[in-house]
This record gives sequence, structure tokens and C-alpha cells, in this order.
Amino acid sequence: MFYREAGQYKTSYASDMAVFPIRQDLIGVLLILAVAYAAIPAFASDFFISSVMIPFLVFSLAAIGLNVLTGYTGLISLGTGAFMGVGAYACYKLTTIFPGVNIIVWIVVSGFFSAAVGVVFGIPSLRIKGFYLAVATLAAQFFLQWCFVRIPWLYNYNASGAIEVAQRTLFDIPITGPRATPETRYFILLTLVVVLTWFASNLVHGRIGRAWMAVRDMDIAAELMGIKLLDTKLLAFAVSSFYAGVAGAAMMFLWYGGGEASDAFNINQSFNILFMIIIGGLGSLLGAFFGAAFISTLPTILKFGLPAIGIPLAGATAEHLTHILVGGLIIFFLIVEPHGLARLWQIGKQKLRMWPFPY
Amino acid sequence: MRAPGDGRQGIMAGDVLLAVEGVSLAFGGVKAITDVSFDIRKGEIRAIIGPNGAGKTSMLNVINGFYHPQQGRITFKGEARKRMRPYVAASQGIARTFQNVALFKGMSTLDNIMAGRTLKMNKGFFWQCLRYGPAMREEIEHRKFVEEIIDFLEIQAIRKTPVGKLPYGLQKRVELGRALAMEPELLLLDEPMAGMNLEEKADMSRFILEVSAQYGTTIALIEHDMGVVMDLSDRVVVLEYGRKIADGTPAEVSADQSVIDAYLGVPH
Repeated sequence: MFYREAGQYKTSYASDMAVFPIRQDLIGVLLILAVAYAAIPAFASDFFISSVMIPFLVFSLAAIGLNVLTGYTGLISLGTGAFMGVGAYACYKLTTIFPGVNIIVWIVVSGFFSAAVGVVFGIPSLRIKGFYLAVATLAAQFFLQWCFVRIPWLYNYNASGAIEVAQRTLFDIPITGPRATPETRYFILLTLVVVLTWFASNLVHGRIGRAWMAVRDMDIAAELMGIKLLDTKLLAFAVSSFYAGVAGAAMMFLWYGGGEASDAFNINQSFNILFMIIIGGLGSLLGAFFGAAFISTLPTILKFGLPAIGIPLAGATAEHLTHILVGGLIIFFLIVEPHGLARLWQIGKQKLRMWPFPY
Repeated sequence: MRAPGDGRQGIMAGDVLLAVEGVSLAFGGVKAITDVSFDIRKGEIRAIIGPNGAGKTSMLNVINGFYHPQQGRITFKGEARKRMRPYVAASQGIARTFQNVALFKGMSTLDNIMAGRTLKMNKGFFWQCLRYGPAMREEIEHRKFVEEIIDFLEIQAIRKTPVGKLPYGLQKRVELGRALAMEPELLLLDEPMAGMNLEEKADMSRFILEVSAQYGTTIALIEHDMGVVMDLSDRVVVLEYGRKIADGTPAEVSADQSVIDAYLGVPH
């Protein structure tokens, strides 16, 4: 009843092409932004921010990246974890070599390093498709992971072999390192995610997004219409890896606060993010958020949420339960709704528009 | 609908837009096309007909650069063609529809036709990220053109429908729209009326004639419905087993004994 476009007339192509053509959608997004920027830091506990919201935002960014590649361009990649790692190590090296430059700049710039590496590993995509491409990107995963462990220069010859996050400040407020508050890290991460999501949304709604989807849906027809396949696919790899790289850098510097990266950027991480976009919805930015929210918060909810409402659950059981649930849901979604949570959301919205009539 | 060919007599004597000279194409031992020569003149509607497996679609694939003939020469707009990728043909002004609809199934009608404008859009990555200023102006300018095509093809109502959900006849129409969005000089239609009912065929015929009259687009079409071919086309080339057996006006071709033999079969 409240969600209806009745009475909202489009008088220009610009308003018809808006990302949120229905006013209620726009209001909804503004509400979410208000909650994210004001309500959560004001009312949520440090625990909630640092172990629910920050992981969610990091994974959203990585999922958007993979969705650009797999959901929009139709290229399967199993190297997301490694591309995140490239971002994290690039950021580490950059901030070690140039400690004077603000860390936020380096988090963004490290995305470009990841993009360059992604383009190199994307070159085979012109010739190979589907599962074979997945295997080719798997090579990227293993090769890069090998580099992270075997090239000591990357981790500054630490004895531990881990990334050590030093304290960096913005206007004298610590934003990385042990003294940075969860709120500060959350604000920076949230801003990064909002800006990059806006960019991604603009890209997929314009000429470049159409070229990506054309290549996904019918590459022969796309080429006969003047879309260069190699350029389009490499651009998708570059953009995708950029997002993964920024997510990786943010993961190390704003979430983990350092640690051994071979664990954080291994093949499991790549699969994890692939599951996010499958459950969330391939070819939908909203789906990336849904999937990230679902997979990154499910373990926390089971581990801490159930005991909080009085259902006792051991830590190990919660972990097993997570695996069972995620596995079961992936099968469920592949069969019932291959377009994921995002499509369910769309169907729900459509029903709401028609309500109380069936059509 | 107007009579075939009328009002275009002046154009019919026009310049040769595309010339195919002695083209042969083989896949391993299978000869798809053998020493075929014909030309397509500016502004005409040229039909390519022939029984199944005659090499008609292969011919179109050669023309838009998807196959590379082993022998022969193709001259487009007076320029001899080198070995090239299909997108070069697209940028030279050759557009194409497919026998089995090759639309972008996950995209809306509007996006499909907008995708046809890709070559005309040039605002860079930076502006695309912002979707503001020059990029937005460019988008709106092309949207206007696409809306004209949508009006022309009478598909306003399905503008925002994903094309995968459309019935076959409408999909064919959207595909024509996508090819028209490229503002081609030469439009290749591969069986535009295959699988259509009478009304849909009448509509499609009307659109093809209107495209020719309004935009002056040169059209080469493959079609099996002889009634349609004879009514629409100015000149017809007939292929059989990869060879050209006849070439001329519909009246000449339909009176040709070898064409009648090819279609009806001859006792051996």
C-alpha cells in the first residue's frame, strides 16, 4: 500500500533512467544510510560493530567485485582471495615505504595493484570459458598465495611472516593499529563501501555495464555489434580485482589489524565469496550485500545470538551448524532460485506493489 | 505497403556497396561456399535464397567477418577487405540479426537496443563511474534515438521487459531494433520471418520496407518464404550446394529452370 509508484510521472529520460526510479526506493536507501551512519555508531556495542558490521562491509566489497566479474560478465573466478591478498600486501608495502601518506589513500591505491594483477590473470579469458577459466583463475590463487609465503620482501622480512599493522592517524585520530576504536574504523570502511558501491552501480547501469552483460549473455552477437571481447573482459577483471584488492587491504588494516595472510587469503576465502554472490544473487549489487550479510553474520549469530536468547550452543557446534546451513542453502538456492536473495527481494517488492491484488 | 522496387529505380542503378568476388569457404573437407560472386548495391533489398545447406548463413558470416574465406575477395565501400575480427565489420557499418535469436536474454528490451549504440558512445571510464555530466548527456542523447526505434517498431509496451520473457515474434522485432540502433549502412537479416505467423510476417515485411525507405539502409536478407522474398526484394541471388545458380530480379529468378530444379528436385 505504501510501496507504489502511482502518481510519480517521469517527465525526462534522466529521471526515467535513475537508479532508483521509484521514490520509496530512494527514501529506503536514505534511511539505510542514516541508520548506518548515525544509529549504529550511536547505539550498537563495540562488539557488534567490530565483529558484525566490519566483516559484513569488507565482504560486501569483495562480493561486489566478484559479482562484476561472475554475475555481470559471466566469467567464473576462484582467485578472489588471492586478489584480496594482493591488495593487502600492496597496502602494507606502500604504507611501509611511504608512512607519511595517509593510509586511506593507500587502501584505495592498493586496489590498482590488485587490478593490474587481475588483468594479467584475466588474459586467458578470451580463449577459455566456464570451468576451464575457473581452473585458470585457480592457478592465480595458488601462485599468488605461494608468493605471499615465499617472498619475504612482501612482509618486510618479519620473523612471523605476518602483516604488522602500525598505527596511522587521520587528523590525529588513530584509524589503524591497536588504539583505533571500532567506530573510527567502521566510519572509514562504511564511507569506502558507500562510495565504491555508488561507482559500481553507475558502471553497471551505463555503457560499460551493458557491454559486460552483452558478453555474458551472447558473446558472438556482442562482438558483431562492435563490442571488443578482450577489452571488455579485461576491464571486468580489472574492476573486479580492484574491489577485491580494496576489500583485502581494508580487511587487514581496518578489521584484522594484522595477521598471517596466507590464512585470510586462501582458497576457502575465494569459495566463501563465490557462495556469497550465489546465495545473494548473481548480477545484482544488492545481492552482493545480501550474500555478504548472510554468510559473514551467520556464524556470529549462531555463536553469540542463540546463547543470548537462552539456547545453549557450544562454539564447535555452532561452527558445524554454519557449515551445514550454508551448504544446504546453496543447494536450495541453486535449485529453487538461481538468482538468489536479490530475486526473492524483487519478487517481494513486486507483490507489495500489487497488494492486495494478485496481479 | 507499396509495390516492390517502386520509387527506388534510381537507387537501383546505384553504386556497388559490397562486392563478393570468387569467394570459396571450406571447413576441412566440407566445402560450404564455392567460387561465389555477386554484389549488393546501395539502397537495394537483396535476397539470398537456396535450399537448406546451400551456404546462405555461411555467406552472411563471411560478409560480417566471422569466417575468413580461403579464396576470393570482398570489397566493402570500395575497400578490399583484409582478414579481420567481426567488430571491425561492425564499426564499418555492417549490422546483423541471427537465424536463432541472439538477444542478450538477461537485459531489458531498452538495454538490448541501447547496447546496439555502444560503438557510437565514447565517454570514458571516469565519467561512466560518475554517471553524471558528459556520460549522462550522452546516455540521454542515445536514449532518444533508441526511443525513436522503439516507436518505429511499435514495441513501446515491452520497453522494460527482460527479452528472455518475450514471445518469439517480439524477440525477432527487438533484434531488428538492436541492429537498427547501429545505424548500419548494410543490414544483414538471417531469416527474419522464420517461425512467424502471417500477421507477424506482414508486420516484419512492413518494417523491412520502411527501414529501406526511411533510412535508405541497404538490406541483404535470407528467407525461405518465397512469397515474401519475391515481394520484398529488388534482386535475388540463388545458392545451391555452395554455388551460385542464379542471380537477377525476382521475376527472372523464379522463371529460371535451374532454380525450379533446385527447389522442386529433378529426376536423375
